[in-house]
Amino acid sequence: MFDLRDLYQQVIVDHNKSPRNFGKLDACSHEADGYNPLCGDKLHVYLQLSDAGIVEDVAFEGEGCAISIASASLMTEAIKGKPVADFEALFRDFQHMVTSDLAEQPDDERLGKLAVLGGVREFPSRIKCATLCWHTMRSAVQGSHNTPAKTE
Amino acid sequence: MSFDIEQLRGDFPILHQQVYDRPLAYLDNAATTQKPKAVIDAVRHYYERDNANVHRGVHALSERATAAYEAAREKLRALVNAASSHEIIFTRGATEAINLVASSWGNTHIGAGDEVLVSEMEHHSDIVPWQMLCERVGATLKVLPINDAGELCMEQLDDLLNERTKLVGIVHLSNALGTINPVADIITKAHAVGARVLVDGAQAVAHMAVDVQALDCDFYVTSAHKMYGPTGIGLLYGKETLLEVMPPYQGGGDMITMVTFEETQYNELPYKFEAGTPNIAGTIGFGAAVDWLNDNGIANIAAHEQSLLAYAIGQAEAFDGLRIIGTAASKATVLSFTLQGVHPHDLGTILDREGIAIRAGHHCAMPVMQHFGVPATARASFAAYNTKAEIDALFEALGRARDLFA
Ligand SMILES: Cc1ncc(COP(=O)(O)O)c(C=O)c1O
Repeated sequence: MFDLRDLYQQVIVDHNKSPRNFGKLDACSHEADGYNPLCGDKLHVYLQLSDAGIVEDVAFEGEGCAISIASASLMTEAIKGKPVADFEALFRDFQHMVTSDLAEQPDDERLGKLAVLGGVREFPSRIKCATLCWHTMRSAVQGSHNTPAKTE
Repeated sequence: MSFDIEQLRGDFPILHQQVYDRPLAYLDNAATTQKPKAVIDAVRHYYERDNANVHRGVHALSERATAAYEAAREKLRALVNAASSHEIIFTRGATEAINLVASSWGNTHIGAGDEVLVSEMEHHSDIVPWQMLCERVGATLKVLPINDAGELCMEQLDDLLNERTKLVGIVHLSNALGTINPVADIITKAHAVGARVLVDGAQAVAHMAVDVQALDCDFYVTSAHKMYGPTGIGLLYGKETLLEVMPPYQGGGDMITMVTFEETQYNELPYKFEAGTPNIAGTIGFGAAVDWLNDNGIANIAAHEQSLLAYAIGQAEAFDGLRIIGTAASKATVLSFTLQGVHPHDLGTILDREGIAIRAGHHCAMPVMQHFGVPATARASFAAYNTKAEIDALFEALGRARDLFA
């Protein structure tokens, strides 16, 4: 039988309790707002890119459920120190994982720790909680500052 | 009349099911109530035996459909004690009823410099139509604040009411907090400055006796689906003198007596406000819901729900880390809360897997969330068929949710 622990794995509980890269970046090259009107989750993400296009620093702040906070925390870990050019591919891999068929195993190799969020597929109403930060980061990367990211 | 909870639960087919292998505990009644078999049967009977358009047929089916449709109007008139069934206008729900008043009455009675007063605990449906009206006509929206118990700051009412106040919109029973507001007092004071009052009774009618003449409200709105009836149907009560002079809200069939390309004569009340083929099945179901309420007795139901609420509050107060949002002295049916360390949205998911249906979110009352400094709350809301055992199940599940995040 399905166990709630499949969704609320210890990694998620931990990241929710002590989110990584949580707070403001004083110096940042990109930032964006994200908002999920359904549950009131609000995120703000900051990104500092080097001239060579490397994610030198990344942070987020805001409030949300355990899934959205843990997802944002894990996302910042996953992209920090990597070329921003890789972001789009990771965005797509993540999006694919959380919307794919349950029978399909998350691709651990490509997703690493992010695979713990694969459990949201069981919970259609929660998928947006996991993807809000990704949409928000994507609008930061694409530099569309003015319209808050939505999960639609 | 005796109140036999087991027998009463037997009236609701939907309650007898398992969700994720657990018995369903439906505690989301402020969102919508379940429907008794009598309502489902009335809708089915209409479609199986009487389906025809109303007010225009010359055949037997149309006459039966019309009779059932108008009988529902009379049942609702009696339920809220309106003086005349002309004062009962069927709408899509509370939301449409408020929009009707904001458009039809608002456009003709509210102008630049006028004020509309609503409370901080209104549902968005009693905020946004007034905001739109104020924008259209250059009026100002004023807000009667709430205190930290989730009660209206009645001491500020006198200061907010003045000769510019044209309308007061006030919720009878708050869906987000459970507060029962002193609407009779508000109406008296509003009338003293010449303002009209619309009472949003979307939550109230299933949980307390409502008498629009005793209240002396100018408009009263509600939705059938929150009182054991179908979705997509509700009503506007308005005083006949007001409705008489209001222009139609929508144009079309049924709301006219004569149409030429030069001129149209509008139908009399209530038809002037019921353009087009109405939700006939829904209206008939609405009537059946009124019968069901009367058969069981609103006073009996209210007493049962009060004992459930008191029981739930007792458990909530003893529960570590739980904060009740809305602790008004006078409240009904709603337990809104937050749990330290567990976001309401996560709670909703965890409880769902235990078969317990609650609501997590802002409850279409974002200003209330802002007042209490929370993004959302979890909300259990009770109806006639709920039991103490379901409340026990709720708190056991909350305990497990807390452990999961510990
Ligand atoms: C207090 C209150 N007013 C108005 C409404 C709107 O009702 P409806 O969506 O049925 O039009 C609701 C429904 O949630 C409500 O709780």
